Amino acid sequence: MAGGGGGKKMRMRFSKLYTFGGRFKGTQSLRSSDQEQLLGGKGFSRVVFCNQTERHAVKPYKYRNNYVSTTKYNVLTFLPKALFEQFRRVANLYFLLAAALALTPVSPYSAASLIAPLVFVVGVSMCKEALEDWRRFRQDNEINSRKVKVHVKEGRFESKPWKKLSVGDIVRVEKDNFFPADLVLLSSSYPDGVCYVETMNLDGETNLKLKRALERTAVVDEEAEFGSFHAHIKCEDPNPNLYTFVGNLEYGEEILSLGPEQVLLRDSKLRNTTHVFGVVIFTGHETKVMQNATDPPSKRSRIERKMDSIIYFLFAVLVLISVIGSIAFGVRTKLYSPSWWYLRPDQTTIYYDPKRPGLAGLLHLITALILYGYLIPISLYVSIELVKVLQARFINNDLAMYDPETDKPAHARTSNLNEELGQVDTILSDKTGTLTCNQMEFIKCSIAGLAYGRSVTEVERATARRLGKDHLHMLQYDDSVMTPVDPGSPPDSVVAGSVGGSGIELATIGHHHHPLAPKPPPHVKGFNLKDERLMNGQWIHEPNVECIRLFFQILAVCHTAIPEVDEVTGKVTYEAESPDEAAFVVAAREFGFEFVKRTQTSVFVKEPAVGPSSGVEWTLREYKILNLLEFNSTRKRMSVVVRDEAGRILVMCKGADSIIYDRLGKEGKGFWEATKEHLAKYGDAGLRTLAIAYRQLEESEYTDWNQVFVKAKTTIGANRDELLEQAAERIEQDLFLLGATAVEDKLQKGVPETIDRLAKAGLKLWVLTGDKQETAINIGFACSLLRQGMQQLIISLDSADVKAAEDSGDKVQISKVSRASVEEQIASALRQIAQDADSDASHALIIDGKSLMYALEDGMKKQLLDLAVQCASVICCRVSPKQKAQITKLVKEGTGKTTLGIGDGANDVGMIQEADIGVGISGVEGMQAVMASDFSISQFRFLERLLIVHGHWCYKRIALMICYFFYKNITFGLTLFYFEALTSFSGQTAYNDWYMSLFNVFFTSLPVIALGVFEQDVSSRVCLQFPAVYQQGPQNMFFRWGRILGWMINGVYSSLVVFFLVMGSFGLAAFQKNGQGAGLEEVGAVMYTCIVWVVNVQVAFALSYFTVIQHAVIWGSVALWYLFLVIYGYINPVYSTTAYKVFIETLAPAPMFWLITILVAVACVLPYTVYQAYQRMFHPMDHHVIQEIHYMQKHITDPKMYKREKRKAVQKTKIGFSARVDANLSMQRAKNRYYDPTFTADVKSLRDPPASNVDLFESPLFSSFKRTV
Amino acid sequence: MARTHLNDNSPNLLQTPPKIKSNKPKYTKFSQQELAGCKPVMTPTYVMATLMLVGAIFIPIGSISLHAVGGVVEIVKRYEDVCLIIASTLQNITLSTIAQKVNYIQDPTTPKNCTITLTIPHYMKQPVYVYYELQNFYQNHRRYVKSRDDAQLKGKFVTSSSLASCKPEDFLDNYPIVPCGLIAWSFFNDSYVFTLNNVSLPINKTSIAWQSDIKVKFGAQPSNFPNNNINSTNSSTNSWIGGGALNPGVALNHNEDFLVWMRAAALPNFRKLWGRIEQNLYDGDVVTINILNVYNTYSFHGKKKIVLSTSSWIGGKNNFLGCAYLCIGCMCFLLAFSFFLMYRQWPRALGDTSYFSWHNSSQAKICLEHL
Repeated sequence: MAGGGGGKKMRMRFSKLYTFGGRFKGTQSLRSSDQEQLLGGKGFSRVVFCNQTERHAVKPYKYRNNYVSTTKYNVLTFLPKALFEQFRRVANLYFLLAAALALTPVSPYSAASLIAPLVFVVGVSMCKEALEDWRRFRQDNEINSRKVKVHVKEGRFESKPWKKLSVGDIVRVEKDNFFPADLVLLSSSYPDGVCYVETMNLDGETNLKLKRALERTAVVDEEAEFGSFHAHIKCEDPNPNLYTFVGNLEYGEEILSLGPEQVLLRDSKLRNTTHVFGVVIFTGHETKVMQNATDPPSKRSRIERKMDSIIYFLFAVLVLISVIGSIAFGVRTKLYSPSWWYLRPDQTTIYYDPKRPGLAGLLHLITALILYGYLIPISLYVSIELVKVLQARFINNDLAMYDPETDKPAHARTSNLNEELGQVDTILSDKTGTLTCNQMEFIKCSIAGLAYGRSVTEVERATARRLGKDHLHMLQYDDSVMTPVDPGSPPDSVVAGSVGGSGIELATIGHHHHPLAPKPPPHVKGFNLKDERLMNGQWIHEPNVECIRLFFQILAVCHTAIPEVDEVTGKVTYEAESPDEAAFVVAAREFGFEFVKRTQTSVFVKEPAVGPSSGVEWTLREYKILNLLEFNSTRKRMSVVVRDEAGRILVMCKGADSIIYDRLGKEGKGFWEATKEHLAKYGDAGLRTLAIAYRQLEESEYTDWNQVFVKAKTTIGANRDELLEQAAERIEQDLFLLGATAVEDKLQKGVPETIDRLAKAGLKLWVLTGDKQETAINIGFACSLLRQGMQQLIISLDSADVKAAEDSGDKVQISKVSRASVEEQIASALRQIAQDADSDASHALIIDGKSLMYALEDGMKKQLLDLAVQCASVICCRVSPKQKAQITKLVKEGTGKTTLGIGDGANDVGMIQEADIGVGISGVEGMQAVMASDFSISQFRFLERLLIVHGHWCYKRIALMICYFFYKNITFGLTLFYFEALTSFSGQTAYNDWYMSLFNVFFTSLPVIALGVFEQDVSSRVCLQFPAVYQQGPQNMFFRWGRILGWMINGVYSSLVVFFLVMGSFGLAAFQKNGQGAGLEEVGAVMYTCIVWVVNVQVAFALSYFTVIQHAVIWGSVALWYLFLVIYGYINPVYSTTAYKVFIETLAPAPMFWLITILVAVACVLPYTVYQAYQRMFHPMDHHVIQEIHYMQKHITDPKMYKREKRKAVQKTKIGFSARVDANLSMQRAKNRYYDPTFTADVKSLRDPPASNVDLFESPLFSSFKRTV
Repeated sequence: MARTHLNDNSPNLLQTPPKIKSNKPKYTKFSQQELAGCKPVMTPTYVMATLMLVGAIFIPIGSISLHAVGGVVEIVKRYEDVCLIIASTLQNITLSTIAQKVNYIQDPTTPKNCTITLTIPHYMKQPVYVYYELQNFYQNHRRYVKSRDDAQLKGKFVTSSSLASCKPEDFLDNYPIVPCGLIAWSFFNDSYVFTLNNVSLPINKTSIAWQSDIKVKFGAQPSNFPNNNINSTNSSTNSWIGGGALNPGVALNHNEDFLVWMRAAALPNFRKLWGRIEQNLYDGDVVTINILNVYNTYSFHGKKKIVLSTSSWIGGKNNFLGCAYLCIGCMCFLLAFSFFLMYRQWPRALGDTSYFSWHNSSQAKICLEHL
């Protein structure tokens, strides 16, 4: 630890800083009595012998070990389980049955030809499963073998892998490490036994949480002391509740009660604390985080589920024709076959026995079921699986989804949901780590009524770009280079340059920066304010210089951060409870007020000496901290009372603007109007704002107040909090407003643009965050999910009666009042929407976790969903992981549409698993989300490409592929039926056994796989340029029953054509010059040849994109058939039977053979072609028109039209910055029309720029627009 | 401590020296799905042109085929009924019921010769093919088709167990039957003697089977064949009389009639080649056929016919293919024409943007309203 002994000493004091708020104490004593009754009872039976793991080796204290496994199978269960999975598929089960029956004489063909494809198909699928599970196993292994220090004996600690931990072990966890199991905190590097924990992975909250050891155990803080440490813990049994814990610790004679604040949960991380000691209470799957984890559900895509119903349908058809065939067979066997002496009906087997036609018919039914099995494509599943694996490879290999910063490409972790990506309707997104980077930047401020800071936020940048998009000339907006960006091109060029506006990045990536622009200073983390008026000490030339000085001083003093000096470089870094706070301190330093040291009583700041001319002289000032009034969510402000070197006593206060406003003195409101305007703008841009105010106190005033405060502080009992609150309220009065700060919760690269484009593609985005409401709303603004003028419908439980009920502490009452309140709020929100139905108003629903607890109950769910779907955006804040999952389930089941959950932390796991598709952000946080996800990407912005390009492609590919599959098998399967009818339904086929079993594997498989892997209706550029095309997926235009049946009818038609044209052409007469007539083998081979041609030509007609590969596989398949026929025909006739030399000798020399093939192929694809041509000609779909535009090169010859269409190719959206721009424009228009009749022309010119190089940004409209952002 | 480093979200990672092993996907046109390919678009012109082209190709093919088939002369004469009438008048017996007919045909003692005459209607250029045609005979029945043993036919001595498929014609007196199975056993054995204008008309019976059958597939010497013993053994044990006998001295591949028979027909009505007349037959020629009508089709109302036919390059007398070509060809023309008319009526410019779905949505209206 840098800082050594000194650091530790300082930390000791730091921990003492937190003596104010009552959130740590007070509750402990209350709990004891209830607790005693619970412990030992049902659900509270666990006993932990600390430091005596050997006692846990026997029952009933034998608990699970700490090994965590997320795999589906193990070595032993793999075979049965995986086989079970395989044969859960109807089709596979059917084929298994068929294969079993093939061993009996019932089978119409040889056993080998039936079993071989099945083994192949199931084998391939199982290999895939095994491979995927192996990967999971390796990931588990990585976690299980992480090391932690465990007490062995006599105070010695040794490193052990996580999996070796057992209940009762004492572990030592170092700073920034994850806890290996659920622990009870015994002591920490701080003498008072506190430690800071980041629970991001559990609940997504970004601020650090304080945990506190019991005072009795906190003293045991040296390794050696643990040699003799013995204690018992009695506590609750493993349960998924993250926020409660009931237990007590028997230590020596004493029985001490334990609560959630003593518990360190697995997957949370130790922060700001050198190390802690803890005792393991729950291990492995019994830890709370694992209890929260649900088994990874095996997800199946919508298309695949529908495919099952198609298979059922086909199975019904199969049974139907089998029954028809069997009845006919039975009847014919009984009536006619006794006279067919050549079949020896007197000495026949039961299968053909005319005396027992019923039995014969029944047995024939089995034969027929096997025979017509070709209606159900055996290779469908395996082909789809193969295709999906290949599609997944393309997703993994997509350079446009590769993030060079983290060196992570996109990764399709399970490949069976690819096409689901093309059908997404609602995206449920986490906030922190997904939309934002969890990185705060001080970006703007307003001091003494003047706004400073010219840096642009992502939103502004995106908005400006959207306005400037249509201009071919480069335009410069602020200091960042704006290029007209084609949404089709990877957004790197712009985004890389825009992040943080850092010149260094620009230089290193080698992107163009304006050559004349001066090289900006290196980027400082947490600070991005650009304004020469303030920087480099120039602020002293500003008006109100004293206000500015004071403003900076408050930034440097009023906080709880601690500096950490790097001994090597001498650089100071700050550790703060929240990143905002760190941003303030950093900002102060950048302004010249460097916070360098904190002692228990003072804060030292290196700042410029007073005097306008002495900006370069630095002095170290001490500010004595007299009192610290902490920040919490109800106070929404924080103050310090300090005495500066001049002896003045100052109350420095920062807090939410409304709160501060209420506490301003009469003279203190001088800058309010101006500041308020700035605050509104900042808020609209999604910046987090805080108002900064101060007050000077007289010595006497302070001493009076301090007495009250100290008294309140020392009070023990329930009203302590209240007293403290009142005391603080007394001093935080008569404040003088200095200004406001604006901190940007940094969005990830390209988030606003991505959201905008996703919205244009018709996707809805819900934000579910564990963060508090204000933060969530800020981000809502930053992402343009919210904007000014949008009706915010806030549902929360802040109302007075709920508070009153809460104070009474009666649980029944609380829930009753809360439920009623939520119900009423939802109802009134619904009423409001109904009222606004006619107007253009859009609504945003903001609901918090507490309200959701009631709103998600069965009675209210429907109303909530009703309300939510009518709102343009939905933001849920303070939601627990479980609620995230519940909301996801509600949307999924309530709307019946496809949902996509995206998140990065363990708190998103439930949501990711519950959603139809889970996407994990493989960012910097733990791997839980990624491991639970179906797809992982490293940046939110890649979601656009994942959905709009890959999703769209995969959807169309798979949909077409399945339709085609059914088509081809119906074509083939029905010919078997027709032919069988001609053989008196005896079950004879026209084809050689091996022709049939190779049909799906050899002669028709590759083209359909190529179709599934390579087909592109439109290129990726076009997908991105015309986001509206994506709607083909969510509207399921390509896998509707109409379309499926269309393909099936096409199959029936083809089968009829193949059969009757071939049969008719052969007839009775000779089929070639030498007078030979056609026998079974010729007819079979010709019919089969026709089918191979037909289905392959058909696939060629269905494709819209031909590369060498498509040509190779389609024509190759046809060629392969001929090749096979020749080779197979050369094999000994004992094996090749009817195929012996059938091609060489009989077919090839006959012109009729070739003529039939051509005729049948043309006749079969004719209706499809005509239908396609008709549709294209008179009812073209979007992608048809786009294809035509590209085919005609119109996008090059008529770029204006193309651009116009690109802009229009969007779904109506109320979110995203485009909607914001539109709203702004129409607002401006309304305003300006009022004053200026010529305005409409201006709008027109902006939207449809003239070819001349008029700089539109000089137009009054744009400047006014600029002002509004 | 890599984790903490990452935790800084440091964008400076870029400045670290390039990693030795990067996860960056390789750029290839293939992996990025950017392979050059043609994207054919079904434009109206193309569709109409293609349809016309297909029509233009198909109609001539159809006409040529029909023309070729038109030159084929085919004479079909059903004789199984005629022969019965002749037999009943000659032998003065009634043959009206099936039982009587079957009895007649199965009785080895009754004479079964019958003579029919055909008058040649048109000039028939040699070779004139002679076929026999059976109707309502399920040679494609599964039980029948499977009832053979290819290895045995080839000449291999097949052990008892593997002859199961030949049942019940697999063993006779505990010796395997060669050739076994129902197909062989029901071998068609009517025979014909032709005279042309009272002159004996030689029939060439070589090369009526496929060469592969003669050379490879068949080679066994018949032995223990049940039909050979019909007359000698007591017919009560063998009440089901099969087809023709096989000369044990002649290997199967020299008996081309047998090879032709062994190729199962695809349909229950079929023709099989019986021989070739290698001289021209002229208009008005009278061909007399002396038939030995021994094959039982009376049990199942099977018809027997004798067919004389010439052939063309496309085969025998069958207009189907030619007609189909003409039909499809005409249909293509028709479709092309109707497309043309429809297109004239409701023309649409290629890539006409007004067909985009978004132009019909409310969004479009709003956009337009704004402008």
